[in-house]
Amino acid sequence: MPLSELPDAEAQCAQLAELIRPQLSPDTALVGIHSGGVWVARRLRELLGLSDEIGLIDVSFYRDDFGEKGLHPQIKPTSIPFDVEGRPLILVDDVLYTGRTTRAAINELFDYGRPASIRLAVLADRGGRELPICADYCTWQIDLGKHEELVLEADASAHLQWRLAQHA
Amino acid sequence: MHNPQLNSNGELNHLLSIDGLPREVLTHILDTASNFLEVSDRDVKKVPLLRGKSVFNLFFENSTRTRTTFEIAAKRLSADVINLDVSRSSTAKGETLLDTVDNLVAMHADMFVVRHASSGAPYLIADHLHRVGRNDVHVVNAGDGRHAHPTQGLLDMYTIRHYKKDFTNLRVAIVGDILHSRVARSDIHALSTLGAAEVRAVAPKTLLPSAVEKMGVRVCHDLAEGVRDCDVIIMLRLQNERMNGTLLPSAGEYSKCYGLTPKILALARPDAIVMHPGPMNRGVEIDSEVADGPQAVILPQVTFGIAVRMAVLSILAGN
Repeated sequence: MPLSELPDAEAQCAQLAELIRPQLSPDTALVGIHSGGVWVARRLRELLGLSDEIGLIDVSFYRDDFGEKGLHPQIKPTSIPFDVEGRPLILVDDVLYTGRTTRAAINELFDYGRPASIRLAVLADRGGRELPICADYCTWQIDLGKHEELVLEADASAHLQWRLAQHA
Repeated sequence: MHNPQLNSNGELNHLLSIDGLPREVLTHILDTASNFLEVSDRDVKKVPLLRGKSVFNLFFENSTRTRTTFEIAAKRLSADVINLDVSRSSTAKGETLLDTVDNLVAMHADMFVVRHASSGAPYLIADHLHRVGRNDVHVVNAGDGRHAHPTQGLLDMYTIRHYKKDFTNLRVAIVGDILHSRVARSDIHALSTLGAAEVRAVAPKTLLPSAVEKMGVRVCHDLAEGVRDCDVIIMLRLQNERMNGTLLPSAGEYSKCYGLTPKILALARPDAIVMHPGPMNRGVEIDSEVADGPQAVILPQVTFGIAVRMAVLSILAGN
């Protein structure tokens, strides 16, 4: 698929915000998964006018492939700047694929307390699930092969855009 | 030359000494540690990274603090921790070090944290594991003789980086019994690898190793001269057995010449930090007023030490 045919990620963020808005409650908090999910969560916070800072989550310590791959070389700090106990949370990621990252993120959130609910918001669902997980809010369904990877990137002016990468 | 600490991909397989480790490996450990710091503030102070792994604390020499911090680090990573007080068990019955190791490997040990009074003991274990084809079992040196105490060196570097951000312009004074100190050796190697501007070894002649200058340090026999304009002061513990030996006239005499008092500390830079690996001898190497003062970062060192040990254990387990 040529680059020109990939959708506008910024427009998708706006769509995603509108999908979430009707179900938003006053104490809803956003948690973005590093790195793409954090960018999307920041956009959503602005668009939805939420006052709480977003939570940031790096699932490196909760991954199920540590035994094969070891520790990720670049870990980013997890920071949940609000009390998770009893809060409705929206977990935000850029791409939903196998569901393993989502599983790890849910486990990690429960180590901070017992949230009232967790919903999942993603820009893209590329299929290929290996766990019983689905998105509650999603703006784009696309079927990709095993050797393809959908990458969300931020350019110098922090504008979000998609890139399709091929792996050997 | 074969470096027993690194695997064929240049990744850390054992942590035996800071000497011989490239800067990137040290920086990677410190960066990883900064992410573990927050785990200890959580509701559930645990991550599942080392679930199902068995970490054996093999302490042939007493050390409550180091053993405890390794135990906490392993438990916060969800590993199973087995503490062996070897000095009171099989070794006392005549079993050799390597037989003990083989027995524990047969019990499916994944990692050994080793403290031994003989320099080189952790190397012997790592070498043995390699020879018996068990490169999946990792060794961490928790202090061997006078040789090295790499996790203490790393937590000292973490502390310095936390307060000073960067090593390049730093003047660091290491004060005290450098001759018998594995902490001093590990700190000197780490500081030179990380590019500190100047490292001073401050001690009486009797407590300095003979070729200490070859390690790239400036030697000072005078404490005032040694700490002047320093950014970091690392005080070493004066061990009780030295106080009664022939190397020093008396603890009182030592304290008069090499004890850190507020007056001496005032010669360092105003934002200088004071470190100590513990346990402290108040009134001998360090004055209470300094130890409890605003420039002391001795308790943060302990907190950082857990995060650094979590980083080391998880990097090793993943390689």
